[in-house]
Amino acid sequence: MSTPATPSPASAPQPFPAAGNLSDAEREELRRHGILLTSLEELYNWGRSNSIWPLQFGLACCAIEMIAAATARFDIARFGAEIFRPSPRQADLMIVSGTVTKKMAPQVVRLWNQMPEPKYCIAMGACAISGGPFKQGYNVLKGIDRFIPVDIYIPGCPPRPEALLNGLIQLQAQIKGERLTGPGAARHVRSDVTSEFPVPEYGEHDLSPPKNPAVWQPAPSLVRPTKV
Amino acid sequence: MESLEQIRDRLLARFPGASVTLVINPGAAAEHSLLLGAAHAVEMARFLRDDPALQLDYCSNATGLDWPDKEIVETKKLSVADPAGGPAKIVEEKTKRFEPGYLEAVYHLYSMALRHGPVIIRLRTGNRTDQVTLPSFTPIWRSCDFQEREIFDLFGIVFAGHPDLRRILMWDEFKDHPMRKDYVDPDDYEWEPTPHDRVLERAKAHYPVPPPAPAAPVSPTPEAKP
Repeated sequence: MSTPATPSPASAPQPFPAAGNLSDAEREELRRHGILLTSLEELYNWGRSNSIWPLQFGLACCAIEMIAAATARFDIARFGAEIFRPSPRQADLMIVSGTVTKKMAPQVVRLWNQMPEPKYCIAMGACAISGGPFKQGYNVLKGIDRFIPVDIYIPGCPPRPEALLNGLIQLQAQIKGERLTGPGAARHVRSDVTSEFPVPEYGEHDLSPPKNPAVWQPAPSLVRPTKV
Repeated sequence: MESLEQIRDRLLARFPGASVTLVINPGAAAEHSLLLGAAHAVEMARFLRDDPALQLDYCSNATGLDWPDKEIVETKKLSVADPAGGPAKIVEEKTKRFEPGYLEAVYHLYSMALRHGPVIIRLRTGNRTDQVTLPSFTPIWRSCDFQEREIFDLFGIVFAGHPDLRRILMWDEFKDHPMRKDYVDPDDYEWEPTPHDRVLERAKAHYPVPPPAPAAPVSPTPEAKP
C-alpha cells in the first residue's frame, strides 16, 4: 500500500491508493462491470464501521432514548451497532448517555481506559456535552470531554433516537475516512498517542484534577470587553 | 386524628420534663409541626409509633433544614415629649438582635394502620458548628435510614444511634455539606457560554476581562475582512 506524500484531512476524498489515479467515479464504473477494486484500508474500515459494538451502560434519561434506538421502531441493528457489550473489553464505542456526576466521572474514565483501541466516544445529550441543565450544580461534571476525547457530540435534552442514529452514521463516516498509515493515521495505529487517560481522584471539594488540560481547554473568552 | 395540640399535651403528660413545642406554619399550607426536644425525642417517637390512638407507623419523609445566623433589626416607635413644649416627637429606636443559626431535621409521619397523617415532627440542633448531634429515628422507623444518611451528607447533622451513618450521595472524601446556605461550590466556571449574574461573576475570575475595545474606525466604508 502506497503512502500519500502529503497528509490530508481524513474527511477529504482520497485518491484510491492501490488503483493509481483512478477516481471514485471510474471505480464505480468498473464496479458496475463486475470488477471490484478495493484496498485493505477501505475493506478494513468498511468492516469495522458496520460493526460498532457499544458499551452497555446508561447514566440518565438519555439512556432511555438509547434503549429506544435499539428497539424495533428505530432499530440500531440496521447500522450494525446493536450488540451492546456489558464488558468494556469487547466494546468499540462508549455512548455517554446522560448526566455525569462527579462521583461517577472516575468510573466513566476508568471504563474508557479499559476499552481497547480502536475506540470511539459519543457524548449524547446536553449533560454529557456540557453539564446541560445541571451545569451549575456542585456535583455535576461540566462535560465528559474534560477527561476523555469525544468524537461525536449529539445535542438534545434528550436527543431523539433518530439523532443518536445520525450521530452513529457520522461516526461511521469518520471511521471510513480514517487512514491506517502515514502522518494522518488514526489513533489506534499510532504508537505516539495514548489511549489511556488519568483517572481523576475524589478530592475534598471537587475532583482532583477537575479537568485534564491535555484533552480539554476552555474556549476563548466570551466575556465582552468593557465599554468606554 | 387528634389535633397537634392534643398530641402535644399527651406527650407532655406522658413525658414530664420533655420539651414539646407547637411550631405554627403561617403559610397557606398550614403544615404545623411539633418541635421535640432532643433529650427525650426517641422515647417520644416510640410513643407516637406505638400509641393505639396514633399508630404513626410510617415515616414517609425525613429532610433537613438550614437556618443560618441572622441579625434581626427591630424598630420600636417611641413618643418623646418636646422639652420646649411643642408636640411630642416620634423617635424610632432600632435594636439589633442576633439570632444564632441551627439545623433542623423534619419527619413526616403517617399511620398505615389507621390511615391518617401526616404528623410532622422536627428536631433542632444547638448550633451549626459543633452541637450538631441529634438522636436517630432509624431504630424506630426503618425508612429513615437512607434519608438520615442524606441529611448527614448534605446538611451535616450527626445522627446518634444510626446503624450506618456514612455519606450517601457525595463521595466519602468530600468535606463540605452542600445544602447548607453558606456552601461555596467548586470554582469550575472556566467556560460559560452565556454567563450572567452570579455565573458571570464567577466566570470573570477565569476570563481576565480584555482591555477596552479601541474606538471604532472613522472611515464609513467597512474594511474587508481577511
